[in-house]
Amino acid sequence: MFYDARISMGMLFTLMGTVLTAFGVATHANTAVYAKCMGIDANLWWGLVLLVFGVVAMFLGRRAQTKLEKEKK
Amino acid sequence: MPNLAPADWLILLINGFFMLTAGFSLKQAMTGSREYMQAGRKLPAWLCGVAMLGASLGSQEVLGMGAAGAQYGLASVGFFALGSIPAMLLAALVLVPVYYGGSSGTGTAGAAPRSIPEYLGLRFDQKTRALNACLFAAMAAFSAGIALYAMARVFAALHIFDRVANAAHLPPSGIPLLAIALPAAVVLTYVLLGGLAAAMYNQALQFCVMVAGLLPVVLLGLKKDGGWGGLKAAIPANFLHEWSGAAHAGSSPMGIGAIGLALGAGLVLGGGAWCADFRLLQMAMAAKDVQSARRAPLIAAAVRVFVPFLLILPGLIAIALPTPRTTVLIHNENGTIYHDIAVVPPAVEAGQGLVPAKADASTGKPVKGADGRAVLDYAMATPNVLVQFLPIGMLGLGLAALLACLMGGVAASLTAFSTVFACDIYQAFLAKDASDQRMLAVGRWAAAGGMMLAIGAACAAMRFNSTMDAMMLVFAVVNAPLFAALLLGALWKRATGHGAFAGLIAGAVAALLHHGLALPRGAQPGIHGGWIAVLHHPSSQMALDLGTAAFAFCVSLIVTAAVSAFTSARPEPELMGLVHSLAEQPPANAAWWKRPEALAGAILLAAIAVNLILI
Repeated sequence: MFYDARISMGMLFTLMGTVLTAFGVATHANTAVYAKCMGIDANLWWGLVLLVFGVVAMFLGRRAQTKLEKEKK
Repeated sequence: MPNLAPADWLILLINGFFMLTAGFSLKQAMTGSREYMQAGRKLPAWLCGVAMLGASLGSQEVLGMGAAGAQYGLASVGFFALGSIPAMLLAALVLVPVYYGGSSGTGTAGAAPRSIPEYLGLRFDQKTRALNACLFAAMAAFSAGIALYAMARVFAALHIFDRVANAAHLPPSGIPLLAIALPAAVVLTYVLLGGLAAAMYNQALQFCVMVAGLLPVVLLGLKKDGGWGGLKAAIPANFLHEWSGAAHAGSSPMGIGAIGLALGAGLVLGGGAWCADFRLLQMAMAAKDVQSARRAPLIAAAVRVFVPFLLILPGLIAIALPTPRTTVLIHNENGTIYHDIAVVPPAVEAGQGLVPAKADASTGKPVKGADGRAVLDYAMATPNVLVQFLPIGMLGLGLAALLACLMGGVAASLTAFSTVFACDIYQAFLAKDASDQRMLAVGRWAAAGGMMLAIGAACAAMRFNSTMDAMMLVFAVVNAPLFAALLLGALWKRATGHGAFAGLIAGAVAALLHHGLALPRGAQPGIHGGWIAVLHHPSSQMALDLGTAAFAFCVSLIVTAAVSAFTSARPEPELMGLVHSLAEQPPANAAWWKRPEALAGAILLAAIAVNLILI
């Protein structure tokens, strides 16, 4: 049985987004880390973007999957 | 050089874990050869489209587009990057429905070809199929090897795996080998477990990872340079005109303008990839029905319009940034004098912007070209910008993006190799009545064997630096003539098997002759061309490669048509579904804006608009 690819995609980005966001929050005050990117806390902001993308993809994938399974029954 | 923190490793590990997961979770679904080699022909259009796009952006393309951006500038490169759009639309509207075959995803596999060589066998004859199957298998293994090597070189230069190698007590020479073996092992594992389906699931996943890793670099780079205008102002003006100046210097042999040459060659290159290369087309042929199959290249094209921004801009940003220099800062605090020395390797200092010069392997000194200037290592443009801008954490994501394009390209080559070997060499000529379980096993063994060949090619590329340059020649010998034969086969009922066979051979010979008789200025005869005699000097390697492909295409087209005209064509009933005019036409009852033609038109307009912005 093939599963909807958006589920694994969503899981990957949710996980990555969480890690990056957490890391960004933890290092938010550390200016040395963010000297490279002009003081922007890139981990935090990009982590949040990935998190949102991941959750949306997972939601869409789950919905399509349950619909498919209902049709099968 | 970057020091990877635990956060970076965590991101890389998560990424690797998910790639393997796709293989393991699809393992149960691999019940027969159809599931393994064609993903059961039941994947949705969007997945096929994104996977196609991901497969087309292997490590050479991603590193190469950044390199070309740094070397030739945005305007000219954007043109090439978008040159494939017409080919993708042609594939979607005309060719893919013919390749896909009549039967839908749930029907029997009877008339539906499983691979491009099998299509050639159905449309033309078995000798054409055998010739193309052998050439294609060799090309797929070779290109997978080159892709492995190209990225291993980058990872070795960035010293990513040094710590891992140290922990395993490997000598320094083992580091590139480790950088080849690790990704190769991951790819082989998921391809063996889940076949084409796992490759495509991962392809789509990895395309998203690539965007996620490269987009922030572009955004940060643009911000650093003060936006679009700032970037354009920061690039040395003479630098961007290198290509346009060279192109006007009378490079074209028959007096065609540079734009004409570029247009023709762009179409041939794009067509050779999107209309003839089974590594990409296998993804469209795995769609659940013919409508999904023809939508796949359209979806890929719609996204592809914006990809140049993502891949070429890092190269421009690399050129626009100041070159790192060895600096000695002397400052005086409380009467004590501090010397703050930042040492930069000479090869990096001799570079332009963040693009380093090529370093001599033994001395570490920058390599000088014939004109006395340092030879720049443009392939490092994108990776260096990545390391320059991404902080700890994000760096892991950026490196995952580089790994993503590498693994995607290698996996696509591997599944294509295994399908072509099992269907078009093993089943067609060695064991005609092989059972389905036997085919499944052969497919898996072929994938493993293909990976061994690829690793061999990667090691050869490591020994002989010029192996990489052979890639374009291989493309011109294999794909450009194939594109001509397929185009005629799909559009012209009169094209015959003898014609296609002669065309493929003539095209390959023409490519070798053209390559052997022309040499770019300042290059040594050999792998760069001119190994027979030097009759003509194209302005650059790019011009030579494009010319070779275009010449091979034209020769193949003419020879196929000429021989076909003198041999007898197959009767029409035998060609049902194999030629465009005899294929089942899709129902025309959908609203006009829902039809693929309308979508194709919209994509073409978008591509032209993007090109206008770039110029």
